[in-house]
Amino acid sequence: MPTATDTVAAGDLGPLTTGDGTPLKTALARATRRARLKALFLVAPLLLFVIVTFAVPIGQMLYLSIYNPVFSDNMPRLSSWLRAHDVAEVPGEDAFKALVLDLTEARANRTHAQVGTRINYERSGATSLFKSTARKIKRIKGPPYKDQLLALDAEWGELHLWTVMARAAAPHTAAFYAQALDLSYDAEGDIVRAPENRRIYGHLFLRTLLLSALVAGLCLILGYPAAHLLASLPLKYSNLLMVLVLLPFWTSLLVRTTSWITLLQSQGVLNDMLVSVGILADDGRLQLMYNQWGTVIAMTHIMLPFMILPLYSVMKTVPKDFVRAARSLGAGPVTAFLRVYLPQTVPGIGAGVLLVFIISVGYYITPALVGGSSGQLISNQIAFHMLQSLNWGLAAALGALLLGGVILLYWLYDRLVGVDNMKLG
Amino acid sequence: MTAFKPIAAVALAAGLVLAGQPATAGEITVVSWGGAYTKSQVEAYHKPWMAQTGHKIKSVDAPNPAAPIKAQVKAGNVSIDVADVEYSDAVRYCDEGLLETIDPAVLPPAPDGTPATEDFIDGALTDCAVANIVWSTVFAYDAAKFKGAEPKTIADLFDVKKFPGKRGLRKGAKPNLEMALMADGVPAGEVYKMLTTDEGVARAFKKLDTIKKHVVWWEAGAQPPQLLADGEVSMTTAYNGRIFNAAIGEDKPFKIVWDGQVLDFDLFVIPKGAPNKDLAMEFIKFATDTQRLADQAKYIAYGPARKSSGKLVGLYQDGKTQMAPHMPTAAANMGNALVNNFEFWADRDSELNERFNAWIASN
Repeated sequence: MPTATDTVAAGDLGPLTTGDGTPLKTALARATRRARLKALFLVAPLLLFVIVTFAVPIGQMLYLSIYNPVFSDNMPRLSSWLRAHDVAEVPGEDAFKALVLDLTEARANRTHAQVGTRINYERSGATSLFKSTARKIKRIKGPPYKDQLLALDAEWGELHLWTVMARAAAPHTAAFYAQALDLSYDAEGDIVRAPENRRIYGHLFLRTLLLSALVAGLCLILGYPAAHLLASLPLKYSNLLMVLVLLPFWTSLLVRTTSWITLLQSQGVLNDMLVSVGILADDGRLQLMYNQWGTVIAMTHIMLPFMILPLYSVMKTVPKDFVRAARSLGAGPVTAFLRVYLPQTVPGIGAGVLLVFIISVGYYITPALVGGSSGQLISNQIAFHMLQSLNWGLAAALGALLLGGVILLYWLYDRLVGVDNMKLG
Repeated sequence: MTAFKPIAAVALAAGLVLAGQPATAGEITVVSWGGAYTKSQVEAYHKPWMAQTGHKIKSVDAPNPAAPIKAQVKAGNVSIDVADVEYSDAVRYCDEGLLETIDPAVLPPAPDGTPATEDFIDGALTDCAVANIVWSTVFAYDAAKFKGAEPKTIADLFDVKKFPGKRGLRKGAKPNLEMALMADGVPAGEVYKMLTTDEGVARAFKKLDTIKKHVVWWEAGAQPPQLLADGEVSMTTAYNGRIFNAAIGEDKPFKIVWDGQVLDFDLFVIPKGAPNKDLAMEFIKFATDTQRLADQAKYIAYGPARKSSGKLVGLYQDGKTQMAPHMPTAAANMGNALVNNFEFWADRDSELNERFNAWIASN
């Protein structure tokens, strides 16, 4: 680091210095650093808040998708045996001894059923196997453990059970991701595709992306003219219309969704109207609800403000003269729109489409209420595993895949369109 | 120093008053299934308990009260004191260590002195739960929709040719698989044995396939009577008490078909780490005594879980309808009935629901 004397020694041609002789560059760096620290200090509470309430819990939840220590914690002897050995066939006396001792202890701690539930994620029937064996474990007195345990329940002699336990012995597991990708392990422990009647998530991920894209597309088609109208009307009318856009925004999501049920169900307002004017026969009522059309219609309505607002804010800044100029220079209405107006609204289109798409991908209340069976999205499965099946590892794996997918799409968008071009309002 | 003394005395007194308060008037949170069912519990359990003890009850509705328990216990932030859950959930959650254990010895004996352990129906007491009612999943139809022949058997639920119209089914593997097999001619006694085999499960799904296009799926217990009333479906599976309340309480032309009913218990449980555990236990002791269980049957057609309550069950709250024939356990209704096998579901819940979800998601 150059000092004041160095600078003086370097002569008049040396770098610029401040009054006290410090090189200007250093002083500047010091000043900006101080400003930066001050800024950091000011945002520190927010940063801390975001880390504590957002990043940490989400990180913890996602960690569950690869971490499940239930088996290794509660069956310590068997776990270390399984980690040390390769399970290619049903093991011998050593492993069974560890199993019996661990199960006796687990029974005393009342954790045997949790262990069974962990194994049950990958092998049906394990819960009751662990429970019934633990109940009778006191009958086993001393070696040989293997023969006595097999006499209690022959299922302990099945290789698949042992390969599942061998995988569970490591607290870190890829099993939940495998399941989330419709894969499973066969008896030898190799990864294969899940049986066809249990493949579900790949299909649902695809449907989620397609329906979200459809909703974003419909919102754009419906929202674009509305936003244009808002942007071009005189203020006193446009403010009134803006309230109409915002009103549903302020109404509870559940209220809006249930109103759609009233409107669209087969004995609902819309169908009644179509029947009474004779467009439909009474027994030919349209099924607009409890299928994917229900999801698409209700979600499009709910998402519309997210499309209209960014579009409006961009359109507001587009000078009207440009289109007029284009027209006066001989462009037809279509050409003027496509070549002059539309390109200037691209930042709003990008923002609106991305916003609607990303919110739709994670939506679950509306599909749950009006989606029936064909309108379910991946988030409904995540909710199912969080609340009903209690398989949080799988829920976390599905959530992580969804998050990864959205980040990937965002990155793609950035590469293709550029996030800098986006204007959120 | 002297100046502080009066203040300290006041603070001490205030502290004593505050510390004494929970003992005189506590509040517990009880989560149940909502609608007519929660109402029956409020009338038969909550109100008398509040009047007798001076404590308060915050009643909360949920589509499945078991659902929030795991999240709350794992997060260490439990707000529920008592939850009303299904049998398989009570067993599963107990296994996972999410519930407080309940010693049945503390439950009050029957009026004639029979201990609670003998007074409750077989299976009504588990390590962590005390049953209050026996309920069943039945199917019901709107009589106005079927002028000629009316549905009589569980097979008719799956026969859209003979009985056209949409069907309401509960979204979940249980008890649709059981009902599908019974409709396919499997005797009740063999249903669970058959469902442990791949062929049995395939057979159940094949039967469900025949009506898949006609199904409206419901989740909350209050939905099926609403679907029937709206004309959205012509037949639906439902919890029997809900249909009873719509038919008798609200004069709807709904009829229950008891053939192929699936019986289950509802049980009170206390989540591990409940904020008012002792008070919750007091409430459960009170609510599951002979008289209270019998009283509940005055408001909804679910059978009491105590044998000694049976004799006390009388008239519906309208003062003229005898409740006995509307109970799922009435002899006339038990002709072809299945008792839900909780061990089967504790084992196969994840596998079969995964398969069910895959089936429902594929078109």
